[in-house]
Amino acid sequence: MFSKTLHISTSPHIRKGLSTDTIMQNVVWAMMPVVIFAVFSFGINAFLVIATAVISSVLTEHALCKWSKKESTISDWSAVITGILLGLTLPPIFPLWMTFLGGVFSVAVGKFVFGGLGYNLFNPALVGRAFLQAAFPVAITTWQSAFLDGRFFNITSSVLAFPFAAPKVDGISGATPLSAFKFDHVVTDTSDLALGLVSGSTGETSAVIIILGGIYLIARKMMNWRIPASILSTVFVLSGILYLIDDKIYPSPLFMLFSGGLMLGAVFMATDMVGSPITPLGVVIYGFFIGLLIVVIRVWGGLPEGVMYAILFGNALTPQIDNFIRPRVYGTKKIKS
Amino acid sequence: MKDSFKHGVHPPENKEETNKLPIRQFTFAPLIILPMQQHIGAPSKIIVREGQEVARGQLLAVADGYMSVPMHSPVSGTIRKISKVPVISGQMTEGIYLEPFPSSGQEVSEGSPVSLDASPEEILKGIQDAGIVGLGGAAFPTHVKLKIPDGKSCEFLIINGIECEPYLTTDHRVMLEQADDIFMGIRYLLKSTGAKEVIIGIEANKQDAADLLTQKIPAGMSVTVKVVPVKYPQGAEKMLITSLLGKEVPSGGLPIDVHAVVVNVATTAEIGRLLPHGQGIQERVITISGPGVKKKGNYLIPIGTPLRYVLEQVGAADNISEVYMGGPMMGVAVSNLDISITKGTSGIIVFGEQDVSKTDKIFPCIKCGACVDACPISLNPSKLGILAKAEAYETMADDFHLMDCFECGSCSFVCPSNIPLVQYFRLSKSILRKRKTAKPAAANV
Repeated sequence: MFSKTLHISTSPHIRKGLSTDTIMQNVVWAMMPVVIFAVFSFGINAFLVIATAVISSVLTEHALCKWSKKESTISDWSAVITGILLGLTLPPIFPLWMTFLGGVFSVAVGKFVFGGLGYNLFNPALVGRAFLQAAFPVAITTWQSAFLDGRFFNITSSVLAFPFAAPKVDGISGATPLSAFKFDHVVTDTSDLALGLVSGSTGETSAVIIILGGIYLIARKMMNWRIPASILSTVFVLSGILYLIDDKIYPSPLFMLFSGGLMLGAVFMATDMVGSPITPLGVVIYGFFIGLLIVVIRVWGGLPEGVMYAILFGNALTPQIDNFIRPRVYGTKKIKS
Repeated sequence: MKDSFKHGVHPPENKEETNKLPIRQFTFAPLIILPMQQHIGAPSKIIVREGQEVARGQLLAVADGYMSVPMHSPVSGTIRKISKVPVISGQMTEGIYLEPFPSSGQEVSEGSPVSLDASPEEILKGIQDAGIVGLGGAAFPTHVKLKIPDGKSCEFLIINGIECEPYLTTDHRVMLEQADDIFMGIRYLLKSTGAKEVIIGIEANKQDAADLLTQKIPAGMSVTVKVVPVKYPQGAEKMLITSLLGKEVPSGGLPIDVHAVVVNVATTAEIGRLLPHGQGIQERVITISGPGVKKKGNYLIPIGTPLRYVLEQVGAADNISEVYMGGPMMGVAVSNLDISITKGTSGIIVFGEQDVSKTDKIFPCIKCGACVDACPISLNPSKLGILAKAEAYETMADDFHLMDCFECGSCSFVCPSNIPLVQYFRLSKSILRKRKTAKPAAANV
């Protein structure tokens, strides 16, 4: 009787059962509608850009693990997320060789040099995008109009450009709503923004679809709702105040909310668990700083868009926020910091 | 006032398979194995010799000092051997092998009764003499816990009927079946602590017990039965005090610092049952459950019954692969079936080979904050885990309140990366304790 060797472990002997790779997979599922809409509105160009970003991120992760003689970590799905996010922040006609380089940079510099998943200070996809913005300022601000005829079959030539060849700018580029406002003071209709009938990066154009993905993750308790709530309300309130001061100079708060990469950034990038604070109050403060910086860059800065820099700035603040914001421990009076 | 403590977790309860089953008497095993260290403190001192015949209830070992309790014979039989016996920690400790007479009955020899008119000191002495320790699982000598330090006063006597551990239904059954013993125990406890108010705390999943006890409150006794939300670790002393009184026990302090004393409900029943007869503990109620056993239930099992015998009697599957004593959140895994039931055993949970998941993969901490939202005392287990890996034990204690952790396991339970957080904290604490005791010694050299 009872011949088997007993399995022993330390308590607790039961687990809730939600695992890190499951969370990561669900983030991927939540972004799928955004990817599908990107391909729907920008065609095969967007598909190629996103696919290339994913492939290069995953390959880089795998290669670096092999190189450092560790077990490959691609099965935790975090490299897939990085790839999708990078792809979603790039213009649809972004050259694929640059996209590939961006994926390599995201994973290698944004994550691997910090020690891999969990140790990265910044959102890896944004590190990659910041690199691309610095390296290829023209290509990354060359846009494609949405819903072009033949978009599912015609690959724009710049997408397939040979590496390091002089970039040839195609004549189809359409200005994004934010650059149209910043440089020409043209205001885009808010409903067009919400539904994604505008030009922009592959995955940033439909606020509605992004919000649905966020709601899914929040409902499954895989996303901290306080982060998007804090960022979006900060942007809304600050730009609302400016709009009330002078509605001729400053854009409306709704335009601010639904344009550019704000929704994508607030829902899928600022919420990266690794780069955001761990306490409820901490994330609210984090969201406030990101929202503040977005408004400042968009309204007074030299660039039309500031979401990327704002989130990277928020990531940089996170260790300090976690250091200062510590909940009072049971049975103690003062908060140690 | 909030009706519960902050945070906490909701593991599946798994109590419905045993909570309707009445307590049943277990048969005597052919051999009883009694370790002398069944409680926190000094082991009991053996006063019998090999070959001696003893009666059920007879004193086998006396308390070795104040922080110790005596041990009574759970059966009538012959002392076969006095030597080292295996215990759950994997070590061997001093103990007694006792062979019951085939005719050993249920009758128990009586000692000198402790009257309700006795002084608080006499009652505490009576509780110690009965060998009573915390039956909730901690096995801390009850008379030590009940001793009100000089200059402090007890206002609230809290009877802990929470039983927040999944699977366990022993306290539930004790409340349903031993209400009179519980109220008798409360009389003794009121006398010894000088408390003015009695609160019986019960989790909402045991409403029947709460209703029954409310009905049975003796006339003239100031007792309130309070039902609190089902949430782990509601049964932890500090958490229960917060849920019932809205106060926090100061860091490093004891319940008496907020004028409260907390006693487990089964311990209370035992006091009420044993003291009027001057008897000692010979058996206790244990829930046996889990997918690996056929005859799940709540059993009254003699202390010292070998675990292997218990498992055979309840029809445990042959391929059992995980057994733990206590509940699944804080219980201890068994590595050797030749250990025996002790006073602190509240449950035996059995899993067959097919019920145990293969080892969960450990991922890096992704700082999701699930542990921060789970910790009932608002620690930052994520940060503590990172510091533990870096072996920064002093920082953990000085800046992040490591020593306040009471190891409930909520953080490990929720961690999606399967990081053994609470195990890190146990280790860190024991390393720190060792360093602390090592330091003064080194200074003397």
